[in-house]
This record gives sequence, structure tokens and C-alpha cells, in this order.
Amino acid sequence: MPKLVNLTINHTRVTVPEGTLIVDAAKEAGINIPVFCYHPKMEPVGMCRMCLVDVARPVIDRATGQPVLEADGAPKLSFGPKLETACTTPVSEGMLVVEDSPKVTAARKDILEFLLTSHPLDCPICDKGGECPLQNLTLGYGPTESRFDFADKLHHAKRVPLGELIFLDRERCIQCGRCVRFQEKIAGDPVIGFYQRGRKLEIQTQTQPGFDSIFSGNTSDICPVGALTTADFRFGARPWEMEAHPSICAQCAVGCNIVFNTKREARSEGGMAIKRVMPRQNEAVNEIWLCDKGRFGYHYLQSGERLTRPMIRQNGELVPVSWETATDTIVERLKTGRSGLTVLAGGRLANEDLFNLKRLADAEHGKTLFYTHMGGGDLTGQVGLAPGSNLATLGKGDAVLVVASDLHEEAPIWWLRLKQAAARGASLVVLNPRATRLDDFAAISQRYHYGRVMDALAALFAGEAGQVLSQAANLVIFFGSEGLGVDGSQAVAQACANLLIRTGHTGRPNNGLVGVWSEPNAQGAWELGYRPAKNLTAELAEAHVTLVAGADPAGDDPALAETLQQSEFLVVADLFMTETAKRANVVLPALPYSEREGSFTSGERRVQRFTAALPPREKAHTEAMIAARVAARLGLKIEESLPVVFEKLAAETPAFTGLSFDRLAETHPQKPLLSREDLYYSGTAYENTAGLGCTLALTGSPAEAEPVTPELPAPVENALLAVPITRLYDRSSTLVHSSSILGQRMIGAEVWLNPQDAAERGLSAGAEIEIHLKSANWPVKVVINADVPAGAALLPRSVGIPAFELAALEI
Amino acid sequence: MLPLLRGLLTTLKSMAEKPTTVSYPEQKRPVSARFRGRHVLNRYENGLEKCIGCALCAAACPADAIFVEAAENTDEKRFSPGERYASTYEINMLRCIFCGFCEDACPTEAIVLEDNYELSFTDRKQAIYTKEMLLNPVPAQGKPTPQQVEPGVFTRSVPEMKDPTD
Ligand code: SF4
Ligand code: SF4
Ligand code: SF4
Ligand code: SF4
Ligand code: FES
Repeated sequence: MPKLVNLTINHTRVTVPEGTLIVDAAKEAGINIPVFCYHPKMEPVGMCRMCLVDVARPVIDRATGQPVLEADGAPKLSFGPKLETACTTPVSEGMLVVEDSPKVTAARKDILEFLLTSHPLDCPICDKGGECPLQNLTLGYGPTESRFDFADKLHHAKRVPLGELIFLDRERCIQCGRCVRFQEKIAGDPVIGFYQRGRKLEIQTQTQPGFDSIFSGNTSDICPVGALTTADFRFGARPWEMEAHPSICAQCAVGCNIVFNTKREARSEGGMAIKRVMPRQNEAVNEIWLCDKGRFGYHYLQSGERLTRPMIRQNGELVPVSWETATDTIVERLKTGRSGLTVLAGGRLANEDLFNLKRLADAEHGKTLFYTHMGGGDLTGQVGLAPGSNLATLGKGDAVLVVASDLHEEAPIWWLRLKQAAARGASLVVLNPRATRLDDFAAISQRYHYGRVMDALAALFAGEAGQVLSQAANLVIFFGSEGLGVDGSQAVAQACANLLIRTGHTGRPNNGLVGVWSEPNAQGAWELGYRPAKNLTAELAEAHVTLVAGADPAGDDPALAETLQQSEFLVVADLFMTETAKRANVVLPALPYSEREGSFTSGERRVQRFTAALPPREKAHTEAMIAARVAARLGLKIEESLPVVFEKLAAETPAFTGLSFDRLAETHPQKPLLSREDLYYSGTAYENTAGLGCTLALTGSPAEAEPVTPELPAPVENALLAVPITRLYDRSSTLVHSSSILGQRMIGAEVWLNPQDAAERGLSAGAEIEIHLKSANWPVKVVINADVPAGAALLPRSVGIPAFELAALEI
Repeated sequence: MLPLLRGLLTTLKSMAEKPTTVSYPEQKRPVSARFRGRHVLNRYENGLEKCIGCALCAAACPADAIFVEAAENTDEKRFSPGERYASTYEINMLRCIFCGFCEDACPTEAIVLEDNYELSFTDRKQAIYTKEMLLNPVPAQGKPTPQQVEPGVFTRSVPEMKDPTD
């Protein structure tokens, strides 16, 4: 427990831990000291001088070392000769801070007048106008008139693209350095910096392509003026015109808390539309940050290509029908079917959908299969993170192991949080076949050959790293699927679980196994009992009625497409006409999560609730409702209302015991304090009033088991080893649809080769070639990367090439 | 007797007076200087639109009668000076209470409540005036929007106000 310090701010007495800065202490006391450059998530720099306050400290008698007392017995205070910056000055015992004296008021006014000497004040067309710290502080503390003519001010061309996502307005920049510091200290991408000095100072990008960082959008949130705007939102709406709907990002397994800002839009014929995605504070998940995929990748939700009507196949063609007809067709089939229903669901579905589909399958003597390319979720349910876990509290004495995953690409915010944990003193151990951005701050980083992960893990546990891991006070293990299929990652998960169990790192907060899934609710599917099929092709070939929801197996794998083509009766519920849907007998339009409520379970096992941001635009239903309607026609009772479904789910699933939508909506005060009124303090991130979510209880009694290592592909003469990897800007089941704004960063079908392997085969970067994999040819583009181990050919997942585990590949 | 005569005198007097009836619509009465009739969207002399799509009028409107959506200008396709213009501008005249707040809020004096009071509709849709209906005609020296202009000339969205109290 740090020492507490008593001080007085204006007339309020405050007690705060030693080392607290005056600004933060004042915030605790409900006094807002205006700031521009200070940000509670970053070290203070004292650049803008907006936070000047008058500080008095007790006079100490040099002879006795005791405070000098006034006649009335109170300690004698002495004010410093100058005002001090509240953002850089830590509190001390007996201090008196005055922030409302005429001296301070005059200083603030001067600073603001100074800042405005080169500010265009084009608030009417500024995206920040309405939520602008400079605007608010000028109104609150600034001069009422300018002594500078517009013509005398500094003028620059208005729109300077820093990258294709962020535009800079140099006239508006007040040189606070928040963006530069964020990129350097928090995002670890020092890709923008100051150029020149004094009034000429401007922000410049130092990379090609410009502003090459996957966290770039955050700078526009924390910029205290409208100097940094996003290409996506520019002029999209005024802040006060938009509604704010709390939701959860569905692009990866981290589960960042977001807000969908919506407004009526002429392009949508006067309907509501999502205008931007903003972070919502959850210090246990994403703090106040988002990655660019989450921020800019939402466009698929309101795509014009979404399915709008149910369809059934008649004479080989899919024709639109009513919901009644579609449901009838399914029900008839189920009634006459020889055996039940096979549900194949992806991790994109909400908990409620998965639960209802499972109940329907169970009632119909059917089975539920999980469509995934990664195993191990049964183990994360037993030895995963326990309630009370928070990566932000990992530090000295704790350890984190990351196996077979490039977190920077697969789960950017986890990467960010581990970076901070390492900075706080946690030991990060990385085991990956190639260099990743985790190595930047890893204490121990080891490599292995693709296919040799189990040996590498055994060696790692036996060595020095094993010591670090087993002796850590808390241990979290992240496992991914780089170069691994379902069985391979299952084996890795088992080996990691064994270590956790063996070293007593289970069942406690901040200890456990985390799967780096690529879908928002993969963990939820595992928790609800969905398991991948041992042999999916066989299962699908045998099934009589197949329902595929939230997954596109045919698009991923031509072999599965072939099987599904032959299926007896295929029902597909999806947002788009996927390859699987094209082969269906009945196609049902599903509702995107932005138009309904529900809950996702993040990789950290945190169940979080999202709400409807838009009214349902098309004639679409949730998968939960589809299941309920079909059930009703079969004479079964399955609830339709999502809160009720969740209650039922919680009652029947041990890990969810005691949870309800209301519980998920509970919040408690978080540090640093944000508030929408003083936007200058921490940017435009939303305060969390809609719920912090709850971590699932751990169930089952974890026991060590021998991992089953899958066999390696037989070596083929002259062939490379095809290795599936996961990239951020893919076209995966998560991003679903290409977002035009991220278009330039999106990857297509490509193969990554080591420079030497490429040279031997006479291939240059960018060459369009064909690769031979699984007895078919695939056109790809060559990417040459020195981090790729020799003999390996890395294939990003979900761009249409069926690379799911290691395989032989010929060029 | 006297009161009766007095009454008749009034009658006789008014018989000689000019009738006050105006035969509208052939004949229209002038409106007062501060009359607040239907809005117009003004243009600059060169034909560029004054409205920069800032939606401050919509924010000020107590009746929520205005809908503005903005987009970005380029020098090849310029609607208004500066970076931003109104790609959609609509006023619902059934909602409008002709308070003139929009006029006050406008930073460019683009929206002005003019003399036109002839507002009648046969259905609700007609009451929504679009940007095309509200925009003033292009002045004689000007060109219609969008214009192709020399780069770097029209950079300033909000014009200098000669007399802010005006
Ligand atoms: S940054 Fe703020 S003060 Fe400057 S023009 Fe934009 S809204 Fe106005
Ligand atoms: S661009 Fe914004 S955040 Fe960056 S230095 Fe300028 S004002 Fe500060
Ligand atoms: S006159 Fe008043 S009510 Fe009518 S549009 Fe303007 S602000 Fe709204
Ligand atoms: S306030 Fe003026 S410039 Fe702004 S949108 Fe309204 S009419 Fe256009
Ligand atoms: S100097 Fe303290 S906030 Fe900038």
C-alpha cells in the first residue's frame, strides 16, 4: 500500500497516494484543472502550460526539520515564486493548490490567447467541433476576443494525408505531442514525429506507406483539437447529432468495448446508419484504445449486399419466399428426415444463438459442431482465466507465455496489454517459429521449426524459461495456431494446460490459458459445448439436414464445398450470399450484431453484452429466433426473447451460473476517471455506463493429459512446407466483407517466402505465381520476408486458399 | 336623432374610402423589413454556395426542421469555399416555426428567411424543401455549382465578417 498524502486543493481536502500528480488529485476531488498535453495514460511532459496552478508548501525550519507554525498553530505556507504545471508536479504533504485565483485565471487566459494566435478557429467545419477540448477550454477560460486577424495567422494547406486513414490539419495542431507520444510509448510504432521548431513545428509521418500503424485511429481520439481526422469519418456528422449505442467489437477475440455512433443518413434513404466506431472505457479489456481493424472494419454491417429475404431452392434456383414458407420447408424436412439436424456454427454467433441452436439440435436428436481452425477451447474452459483477472494488473514477478501466435496481427489489443505488462516488469516468454513484434519486449524469445512445436515446448519447459514460468507468481499462457490445425493447436493447448496444472497456476485470477481465436465468440461456443468435428467432411456427408450458421466452410475449402454441394438438405443462415449459401436449399438472412442485442464471450472468458445500434433494416432474424420459430412449428418451446434466452442459458450452463443481462450491464468506477464533460482530459473515448461484463466461472476439474501430437505431412521432394498464419487485414470470417476504407491494407491471396527460397526459384517480390497445394493450383502473389524460416511458405488464412495445417506445397 | 346622423355620417365616409381588400394573388402586399418567410440559401457573387454544411442551423433549430449532411469539396468539384459543403440540405416547412434561429446560427449568412410566405402543400412530402429548391439562382456573373476552380484559392470556409453586429 503506497503512502497516503494529504493536501488541500482550493478549499477541498484530499488524500491521495504518494506520487499522484496534482491534476489527478484534483480530478479525484471533482476539480477539473484544464490540460492539453497531459493524458492520464501517458507520462506528463509539461509542454502546453495550460495546467498552471499556484502551489504553496509548508515552510520547514532548517534547524529542527519541523514545519514552522503560524501564531494560530497552523503550519506556515509559502507560495512559490511562479505558477507550477499541475501535470508534472506530484503532490506533497500539507500542500495547498490554488486553481481559482486571479493569477491562475490570467495565466490560463494568456496561454489560450497564445494558442489561438495561430489557430484557424474554423469550428463550423471541424470534425472535433462540439467535442473539442480547445473549444471548451476557450469558452471556459479564454479571452473573448482575438487580437489577431485571421490574415495574420499561420496558414497551411488544410488537408495533409498522413496515411490513407488519418489526415492532418497543420493549422489546428497545438503541438501538444499527444499523438507522437501515443505512437511511441503506447503503440510502440514511432511512425510520426515533430519536424521543425517553434511556430513552424509540424507533425510528419516517417514511414512508407504513411502512418503505418495499426493503432493510428486512437490519435484522433486523444488529439485535443481537430488536427487529426479519420478518412472514414471526415465530415460524416457533427458529434451532437449522433446517438451512442454501446457494443462490442466483433473483429477478434479480445472483445474491445465500443460505441457505435449513429445518425440518419441521406445515402440510406433517411434511415439510421453507423457513422463511426469509438472506444468505450473498459480498463480490464481495451482501456480506451481500439485497433484500426475494429475502428474502420465495421462497414460490412451496413453493406448493400446483405441478404434481405429468405430463399428456397426451386428447380435449381434460389427464389425469395416468405419466412413462413422457408420455415415450413425446413420443418417438413425435419419431420420426414430419417435422423436429426446437424448444426455447424461459427464463432461469430452470439451466445444466445449458439444456445438456441443447440437446444433445437438436441431436441431433434441432432448434433452441434463448431466450425473452427483451432482447437483447445475445452481446456480454456477448465484452466482459463478466472473471475477477477485483468492483464493490466500483471507486473513484477508474473510471467506470460505466448506460443505459436503473432499477437500484434491476431489480437492487437492483447499485444498492447502485454507490452505494458512487460514494461511493468512481467517476464514475457515467446515461442514462435519466426520473429514477431512480441520479440521487441520479450524477456526470452525462442524459435522452432514449423511442425516441431511440441518438442520446442518440452525443451522450453525444461530450460531456463521453464524456471521463469513455473516460479512466476501469476502465469498466463496465450496459444495460437500459427502453422497449426485443430489437432495441432489442441496438442499445444494440452501441453500448456499441463504446465499450468503442474505448477499450480490454475483456478486463480490472472492465471490460465487463453486461446487466440479469430472470432469474437469462439470461446463462448466452446463453453456452450460446441466441439469441432473429428472429420468434418464425413460428418457433413452423413448429415440429413445440415444448418450452417455464421460460417462459410465452402468458401474456405473446395473439398468441403464439394461435400456441401452433395448434402441432402442444407440450410444456411448468414449475412451474405457466401459460397456455402450458394449451395443451400434454404438461405435465411441473419441479423448482424449491430441490429440486435446479445452477448459474446471474449478469449479472456469475459461475457460482454452488446445492444442494438440500428433498427433491423432488412427482413432478417437472429439465429436464436430462427431456432425458436422452427422449434415452435415442431411443437417445442424455445424462447425467442434474447434476455430470456440468456437467463435460460445461465441456468443450464454451469460456467454462466448467476449471470443475466442485468449483471452484464453493471459498472463500477474506473481509473483513470473519464467523463464526457471534460473531453480534454483523456480524449473522446466514451465512459462506460453500459456494463463491464463478467468473467465466467471455471468449471470441471482440470487434469493433466498426454497431448496427442498430429503427424507431420510426408516430406515431398523439392516442396516447401505450407504454413497457415493469421493476418490482421485479411478477409476472414471476422472482417466478412472488404471495407473500402481499409481496402489498401487488405491482403489478398499471397505466399510469404524466405529470400533464399525465392531466389532459388527465381521469384521476385510481387510476382504472380501458381502454387500447387492439396492437388489443386492456386494463383498467389509472392511476398518476400526475411523472417520466414527457410523451407516454409506462409499462407495467410481466409483468403480462399485451403491451408489449415502444415502441408506440402509446390511452386 | 343626433346619434343616428352620426352613424350615417360614418357610413357615408367609408363609402368614399378606397377599399382595403387586396386581390391576392394578382396583387401582393409588401412585407415588413424584418419579415420572416421561407428560407433561401445564398450564393456568393461567383456562384459558389455560401452554405458549408456545418449543420449549426440544424443544431439551433428548436423544431428540428433542418437536416444537413456534409461532404468534402475538391478544386475539381467545388460547391462552396473551404473543405466542406452540404451534400444534402432539407427543411421541413411543416415543422418550421419561422423563428429565425437558423439564420442567427449560420456562420456564413447562407441561410436567410426571406419574403416568400406562399407555402401550401397537398401532402407532407411536398413540405420538405431540398437544397435545389432553397438555393438562390446563380447570379449573373457567377457559374453554377459544382465549379472547377484554380487550386488553393477558395481555402477559407468562414468569410470575414465586416461587422459582426450586423
Ligand atoms: S480544433 Fe476545436 S477550436 Fe479548433 S477549429 Fe476545430 S473545433 Fe474549433
Ligand atoms: S496533432 Fe493533435 S495530438 Fe498531435 S500534437 Fe497536434 S494537437 Fe497534439
Ligand atoms: S426558422 Fe426556426 S424553426 Fe424554422 S428552420 Fe429556422 S430555426 Fe428551425
Ligand atoms: S448554418 Fe449556414 S453554413 Fe451551416 S449548414 Fe446551416 S446554412 Fe449551411
Ligand atoms: S503542461 Fe500541463 S497539461 Fe500541458
